[in-house]
Amino acid sequence: MNAPDLVAAGDAAPLLAIEGLTLERGRSRILDGVSLTLGRGETLALVGESGAGKSTIAFALMGLIGKSEAKIAGRMRFDEVDDLASLDERGWGRLRGRRIAMVFQDAGAALDPCYTVGGQLVSVLRRQLGLGRAKARERALELLEGVGINDAEARLSAYPHELSGGMQQRVMVAIALACNPELLLADEPTSALDVTIQAQIIRLILTEIRARGASCVFVLHDLALASQSCDKIVVLYAGQVMEAGPSRGILERPRHPYTRLLKSCVLEIGTETLDPPEGGVPSYGDMPKGCRFATRCPNALSRCLAERPALAADGDRLIACFNPEPRP
Amino acid sequence: MTEPLLGDAVPAAAPGAGSNGIAASDRPVFELLDVEKRFAVSRPAGFLKREKRSLAALDGVRLTVRRGASIALVGESGSGKSTLLRVLLGLAEPSDGKALYFGQPVNEVRAQSRDFARSVAMIYQDARASLDPRMTVTALIAEPLLHFGLCGREAVGERVAALLSRVGLPAEIAERYPAALSGGQVRRVAIARALAAEPTVLIADEAVSGLDVSTQAQLLNLLRRLKREMGLTLLFITHDLGVASYLCEEIAIMYLGRIVETGPTDAVLSAPAHPYSRALRHAAPEFFAPITDPLEGEIPSPLDLPTGCRFASRCPRVEEDCLTAEPILAPIAPGRTVACRHPLDAEDHPALPQITASAPAAGSPAGGAGVSA
Repeated sequence: MNAPDLVAAGDAAPLLAIEGLTLERGRSRILDGVSLTLGRGETLALVGESGAGKSTIAFALMGLIGKSEAKIAGRMRFDEVDDLASLDERGWGRLRGRRIAMVFQDAGAALDPCYTVGGQLVSVLRRQLGLGRAKARERALELLEGVGINDAEARLSAYPHELSGGMQQRVMVAIALACNPELLLADEPTSALDVTIQAQIIRLILTEIRARGASCVFVLHDLALASQSCDKIVVLYAGQVMEAGPSRGILERPRHPYTRLLKSCVLEIGTETLDPPEGGVPSYGDMPKGCRFATRCPNALSRCLAERPALAADGDRLIACFNPEPRP
Repeated sequence: MTEPLLGDAVPAAAPGAGSNGIAASDRPVFELLDVEKRFAVSRPAGFLKREKRSLAALDGVRLTVRRGASIALVGESGSGKSTLLRVLLGLAEPSDGKALYFGQPVNEVRAQSRDFARSVAMIYQDARASLDPRMTVTALIAEPLLHFGLCGREAVGERVAALLSRVGLPAEIAERYPAALSGGQVRRVAIARALAAEPTVLIADEAVSGLDVSTQAQLLNLLRRLKREMGLTLLFITHDLGVASYLCEEIAIMYLGRIVETGPTDAVLSAPAHPYSRALRHAAPEFFAPITDPLEGEIPSPLDLPTGCRFASRCPRVEEDCLTAEPILAPIAPGRTVACRHPLDAEDHPALPQITASAPAAGSPAGGAGVSA
């Protein structure tokens, strides 16, 4: 594994660069100036609590948010495509499923119950890659075997409901990988699964994207899992990036007060005490004008409520905070 | 305050338990004696034929819940946790074996009086679905108070206010409907409702799953405090070993309808004796630890149980004798039991990942996304 090269290449020409992505639904600003970059072969975790906008970013990257549904500003550069948000359906047709693919949270709901597993795989291969019927079936079989499905031949003619949750998620990984995408989006791929199956699926996704040199954006709520599976991490709170950078550095020494609080709430075996912040995320109507975390922040200064701190480089990472934890 | 994970944590003031809390002569609150629960299922057997099969959701389950104990019942989907809970509550009658409440069969106790319903409270997994959407928070919490005649109508408002403050909810939500509450608030209402009748036993089914970590942490602290203040006996169903270790002194691990290991949570999790317990322990995400080799395969169908040990098909330590007869739950150390012919001992645990894992090898990307091939 030539990891240092990958990191260096990522810095030179990122596969994906999001700049100031803002998304408004009605009066609610769901995403507020989100920026991040992802190099080729890198894995990135979007972490944060519900309502942080993690899945919204993934859906925007997949072109699944209609123009009538929400107002999108900012830029999402993907390889040579200048802004994903400006693509029309034809443009998306060349990208979605082919170069950018997604593994959804609930495989049972994402797979079509009316078609067999084989039918769904074959239709992707025929439509996207123009394979013939026999060739597509052969490739579908290989893909199912590749994701560790035993007796793949028989599973081709099974309907999704005949498979367990873990098997369904494997099928979805196979479909997402069918066209060897450059970017895989995995939206909480294991939150509906048991822990032993979770480990299987995360390992499967990592192995497959490494084998293909692809990049992956994981949406996760589990910080420990993010530290185990991703090179980079982006911590979001109510649609704003709080802290971003290498996952090991950030999770070992969180400097944004929110990252620190989030980490202190993680329950591990043997945790003696938890000291969570009171209350919850404010509603969009009550958001402070400045930093959205200011109302719950133990480090908050008076300016935090009125003024938004810029996401700025600080050592190995980016932080948006007027009063972060000191550098070690 | 940090509670001891081991030893007798005497409840502060268990109603009716006296100053001694857990007297040795006290009968256990709940006792399951070789409980078996079978369901009849019909499945296709050839063209237009169906066959009746018996599905054993619980098989030979023994469990003792002493007064003041806190027990985590852990297992993956299909392990029989929820069926066990239904048997305990008397909602399902065991096909074989006995479910006792203070020495008397649960269904008899339930038929005799409302005391059982008052003393044993339940928090359901889907808190929102467990609350009537047409009732306000006050009406929901007042219902058990009035049903059990614990206070007159004139005092209800005061009692509800006290319960709301006890579970950390602001008084202004009293007149709201469940739909207007957040996920964390709904769980708190469910807890307040469960505690309204001043129960001695609290049974919670995945009461903190599916919540954000900060909300989960708030609720866990609340449950810890309530357990201490009210001297509750706690039976907590969870799939999360972290939750089990935070809340419960004892743990029972289930696999496919059987309890495979029991003991003090700390001891079991630091040195699991059953290979399945170890697999669960390793599968739980841990900061910076490489994702270890997960357990092969999936839980088999309870309709096609293997002969011998049910875990044999996925067990890395399987030997020939495992395939012939089912191991029974037997003591291996003080307070610990395991159902395995070849249990792990202390020497088998050198590689248990530590929370402070060593730095990643040079050359691996920052973040230590360690997946060994």
